[in-house]
Amino acid sequence: MLSIHNLHAGIEGKKILNGIDLEVKPGEVHAIMGPNGSGKSTLANVLAGRADYEVSHGTAEFQGKNLLELSPEKRAGEGLFLAFQYPVEIPGLNTINFIKTAVNEIRKYRGQDPLDAVAFLKLMKEKMALMNIEQSLLARSLNEGFSGGEKKRNEVFQMAMLEPKLAILDETDSGLDIDAIRIVSNGVNKLRNKENAVLVVTHYQRLLDYIVPDFVHVLYNGRIVKSGSKELARELEERGYDFIKHETSEVETV
Amino acid sequence: MKSEIFPVKSQDSGNGLSTIEKTVFSDYKYGFVTDIEADEAPMGLSEEVVRFISAKKREPEWMLEWRLKAYRHWLTMKEPGWANIRYPRINYQDIIFYSAPKQKINPKNLDEIDPELKKTFEKLGISLDEQKRLSGVAVDAVIDSVSIGTSFKSQLAELGIIFCSMSEAIREHPDLVKEYLSSVVPLTDNYFAALNSAVFSDGSFCYIPKGVRCPMELSTYFRINAENTGQFERTLIIAEAGSYVSYLEGCTAPMRDEHQLHAAVVELVALENAEIKYSTVQNWYPGDKQGKGGVYNFVTKRGICKGDHAKISWTQVETGSAITWKYPSVILKGDHSTGEFYSVAVTNNYQQADTGTKMMHLGKNTKSRIVSKGISAGFSNNSYRGLVHVSRNAKNARNFSQCDSLLLGDKCGAHTFPYIEVRNNSAVVEHEATTSKIGEDQIFYCNQRGIATETAVALIINGFAKEVMNHLPMEFAIEAQKLLAVSLEGSVG
Repeated sequence: MLSIHNLHAGIEGKKILNGIDLEVKPGEVHAIMGPNGSGKSTLANVLAGRADYEVSHGTAEFQGKNLLELSPEKRAGEGLFLAFQYPVEIPGLNTINFIKTAVNEIRKYRGQDPLDAVAFLKLMKEKMALMNIEQSLLARSLNEGFSGGEKKRNEVFQMAMLEPKLAILDETDSGLDIDAIRIVSNGVNKLRNKENAVLVVTHYQRLLDYIVPDFVHVLYNGRIVKSGSKELARELEERGYDFIKHETSEVETV
Repeated sequence: MKSEIFPVKSQDSGNGLSTIEKTVFSDYKYGFVTDIEADEAPMGLSEEVVRFISAKKREPEWMLEWRLKAYRHWLTMKEPGWANIRYPRINYQDIIFYSAPKQKINPKNLDEIDPELKKTFEKLGISLDEQKRLSGVAVDAVIDSVSIGTSFKSQLAELGIIFCSMSEAIREHPDLVKEYLSSVVPLTDNYFAALNSAVFSDGSFCYIPKGVRCPMELSTYFRINAENTGQFERTLIIAEAGSYVSYLEGCTAPMRDEHQLHAAVVELVALENAEIKYSTVQNWYPGDKQGKGGVYNFVTKRGICKGDHAKISWTQVETGSAITWKYPSVILKGDHSTGEFYSVAVTNNYQQADTGTKMMHLGKNTKSRIVSKGISAGFSNNSYRGLVHVSRNAKNARNFSQCDSLLLGDKCGAHTFPYIEVRNNSAVVEHEATTSKIGEDQIFYCNQRGIATETAVALIINGFAKEVMNHLPMEFAIEAQKLLAVSLEGSVG
């Protein structure tokens, strides 16, 4: 589904990713972990196509297409979704209208007819029940005055509405208490199936107690220096990132 | 209280806004010219021209005297220079002050209107055909200087409502005109109002009798067509005690390289318990992306809440014109009267807008509310200028003002000039102002959800302007939303 080879990227002339290799198949959950500044968020943003980042080398294929050639909205159309670390506020823009526009723009990209008001509402009610989200939240302006937890729930609700093939969760746990993490994780787990994949970007292991990964990758200095099973995450939690820093010279990948 | 000035100039933050940049040509789809023969006054302005116009309109002597008085006063006045706008001196001798499409004057019914003219309005999406109007909006269409037809007249007449061209009102309802014309905006009020009074050629007149709730939206559609002409229309709306009317005004002009002058005067009179809701969507030709051409829009709009519990509400969406100079105001004379001003002003390319309102609190327990949303893009300059005045006797006056500015790109300017004069201690006056930029991160967020940049910008600005748009009549609101998006097309990305 997603295959990244020797990806180098940076921002404003500063190199951040120094050769990433990653293979994600349908049905899999991958976790990208690493200390601050290791390039986790850069990887998420580069995959989503944020213009500030420049790719200097390497390839990224998504669903058989050259991901790096596509505009951000086309990547979304192809089924790539980024749950933002800091979802932006857009005052006055009704959340439901925003989601409806997004759903129909993506349908248009795929050559499908737009959903009419009735069909959209039906889909929305269905996903609201699944995600346990209240309409009162969606009736407000997009993310405006939302608490941290509400913003992240709104991200996962949008994910449910857009049904992406690949969802990238960028530090979705940051700033959330344990109850909020549980709610958000439950939402993500309900959306998992054989066809889609999830890339969880996180600093801490605790999110992975709820969204259990098939693979864990450790990012350090812009490279994946260690890959393993979910046990690797626990090891990192116990020993901290320092042991990775010591090992980097000896071990590249496992 | 002292007036305060908060000029805000946009600054590039260096990183984020790199793609919010160059302004690309945005299509002005109303820029066509209709090939109609016109009956014109000689170029320039003189007493003869004023007499010519009055004679053309077959006006009574008192009207001519009124015009001449205005003209003579105008000669003694100076063009105001205090607004935050820059333009070359206007040569009033280079303007044609009267231009009428050559057709049978006074069509008895709409079938007699020149088909070319009708086609013009059809192209603009305005049908004068009553049968075709399903929406129930009565339209008065004014091209260049002359009203060419008013629809739904007879139905309105049954309720005693008068809705006709100003020329017709002067002939048919002289008493009303004499009583109210220039009662809100005096002949001597300002340079452009005096000019308008001397040379105005038509406009709409509307009278709602006591206790009548006008069952449909009344609407005037203004169009400048002929070359080198100015448009000077005059609108007068009188709402008798306990009546209600909602009035809409729309305007477009062809694309021309030279500037065109538009100096209108609108007067509203609301008597006891009456309510007037006046909505404008102003889309005069704004000039091209280099700032060539475009309409100079110098407009005086003022309403008076003459009776107790009267209410006047101005809503405007200003997207056109090279220069907008306009301050729809309310004189709150009656006790418990209410004035409202809701405005969205969009400037792009080299457009300049200096617009706002005046709320004059004279009566007791009067209330006013001001919501102004300025959107600037390209190299444009957008200023809010507003005065809240509470006089000595205006006990318990209340005002709330909110002025928000949104900047697209780093070469445009947004300014706020709120003036507050309070002469009564019981007044409560609140003012809030914000300035923000459309952020790269907002656009990227939308992009990531599959929404292309143009659509994203439209969503963001419509969100920004929503509070004002909500006050427009439904049918107009949808048009206005589209217009906002079109005006800013190509200004981002």
